[in-house]
Amino acid sequence: MLSNNDGCAVARSQEAKVLGVKMGEPWFQMQALAKKHSIIALSSNYTLYADMSNRMMTILGKHSPSQEVYSIDECFLSLNGFNTDLTAYGQAIRRQVKCWTGLPVCIGIGPTKTLAKLANHLAKKQPEWAGVCDLGKLPEYTLNDLLERIEVGEVWGVGRRIREKLARLGINTALDLKQADVAFIGGYFSIVTQRTVMELQGVSLLQLEEITPARQQIMCSRSFGLPVTQLADLQQAIISYMTRAAEKLRRQSSLCRAVHVFIRTSPFRQKDAQYSQGLTVTLPKATCDTLKLSQTGLWGLKRIYRSGYRYAKAGVILMDLAPTEMRQASLFMDHVADKSTRQLMQTIDSINQRMGKDAVFLAGAGMEKRWQMKQGNKTPCYTTEWNELAVVRC
Amino acid sequence: MSKSNWGGQRAGAGRKRAAEPTVTVRIPVSSKETIMKLVRHIKTAPAVRFPLSLEPLLLTQQPALQFIPRMSYSVRAGFPSPADDYVEKQIDLNEELIQHREATFFLRVRGHSMIGAGIDDGDELIVDRAIMPEHNRIVVAAVDNELTVKRFYQRNGVVKLLAENPQYPDIEFKNEQEMVIWGVVTKVIKSV
Repeated sequence: MLSNNDGCAVARSQEAKVLGVKMGEPWFQMQALAKKHSIIALSSNYTLYADMSNRMMTILGKHSPSQEVYSIDECFLSLNGFNTDLTAYGQAIRRQVKCWTGLPVCIGIGPTKTLAKLANHLAKKQPEWAGVCDLGKLPEYTLNDLLERIEVGEVWGVGRRIREKLARLGINTALDLKQADVAFIGGYFSIVTQRTVMELQGVSLLQLEEITPARQQIMCSRSFGLPVTQLADLQQAIISYMTRAAEKLRRQSSLCRAVHVFIRTSPFRQKDAQYSQGLTVTLPKATCDTLKLSQTGLWGLKRIYRSGYRYAKAGVILMDLAPTEMRQASLFMDHVADKSTRQLMQTIDSINQRMGKDAVFLAGAGMEKRWQMKQGNKTPCYTTEWNELAVVRC
Repeated sequence: MSKSNWGGQRAGAGRKRAAEPTVTVRIPVSSKETIMKLVRHIKTAPAVRFPLSLEPLLLTQQPALQFIPRMSYSVRAGFPSPADDYVEKQIDLNEELIQHREATFFLRVRGHSMIGAGIDDGDELIVDRAIMPEHNRIVVAAVDNELTVKRFYQRNGVVKLLAENPQYPDIEFKNEQEMVIWGVVTKVIKSV
């Protein structure tokens, strides 16, 4: 499975892994290998993944009073106070998800979120668990035995940098970290790592976050399908990305007070002259108006654009976000105009929701979008597009 | 020569007639803006008349004015719709046709092996994966890496996928063969 713009491998089947396809490896460097072993590379189809993810999350959510959707393919369920055989319960959940959606899932159960994550890792990697691993019911010595065989980098919250630092302190396995002295760890790492140690010891410190906190900034950036040189094309791209970002902004009922615009050439095309520039523009007052944000973005773009370069990527970041209800009054506030923009944005959003993405869009975003990214080998949107339904032979 | 249907007068064409005779009023050009402003104000003034006794109070309290838009012409002073009281929600096909939302998929049919069951080429199927496949139900099955729709036969240890068209063979399964039932067909959508 390739990343956006068919750049590099982001997900691999077991067979592809065995053949040596590496995570993040650029696809164009794998052409020979792919041809030799007839490896199939598909463009990412996030519409399909999002729909299947929603189905899975809804089913999982029915099995617990509280659920934290952690990412597109992971969630936490609280099993507090469940007086049943949790492994059997996990198997039932797993069977239902598989039957209803066809998705194979693994379930890890533990007294803390960190241990549950680790249990999930075991359920996924070791077939003997049959997809469900409950670390909570294991006796201490069995648990330690398991942890001793897990590399510390697999522990949730231990990234590459922390792993290297831990290795220098002689901490190499999950068990080493569990048995480390919390105060000692505090001497070298932040409180986050201290918490990880305690969570490994079975002290639950991380709560289920049922409501995703509103994002502090919203970014929308894409690589272009082909090198872009003209300002007009960059303008279309900036308006398109700003439209997407503003939609997200309104969906979380926020306003933004600053906009960052950036453009850059491709560091992979070493023969090209390189240029990379960004500019942050502060808005006179917080807004979620696509029109105003686009104007601001274009203003910024004009200032950073230099002709003569082959641009590979552009993006916008909405910054300094605040909830709509906390908006600061401004001396130049125009309530009537504000109300009408709000209504306009609501109308556009609801039309696009009902009639499909981009049913209504700013003309400045362009009709043709020559710069748009490649998705050469995308699977159909089987579950969300009437014209792309899967075919059944009869 | 026969009379042409082209050209000539159309019924209802031309300027709309006013409900009653109209009159043109001359006003000085310099006063036009002021007078039009006044007219516009009257057009949008509150349609609700307060009882006389309350009016002095209104002046001091200055309640937020509720402007009720009034059309200056084409007011239908007719009978209110007797159906207004009966307006409820609309029919939602998702609700009527789908039992398990997360387990339901739409598939498009290609082929003619099920015409006896009313499933034709080009129809769309609603398939529910949450329903247990039982003997005699119409199912979608994965055979040789391809999805196919057939009637499910399961009696006395014999498992078969039956076609509903004499020109197509049934698919029989031996013990060692694996067949995966992908889902159960619950509805057929067809254009007529």
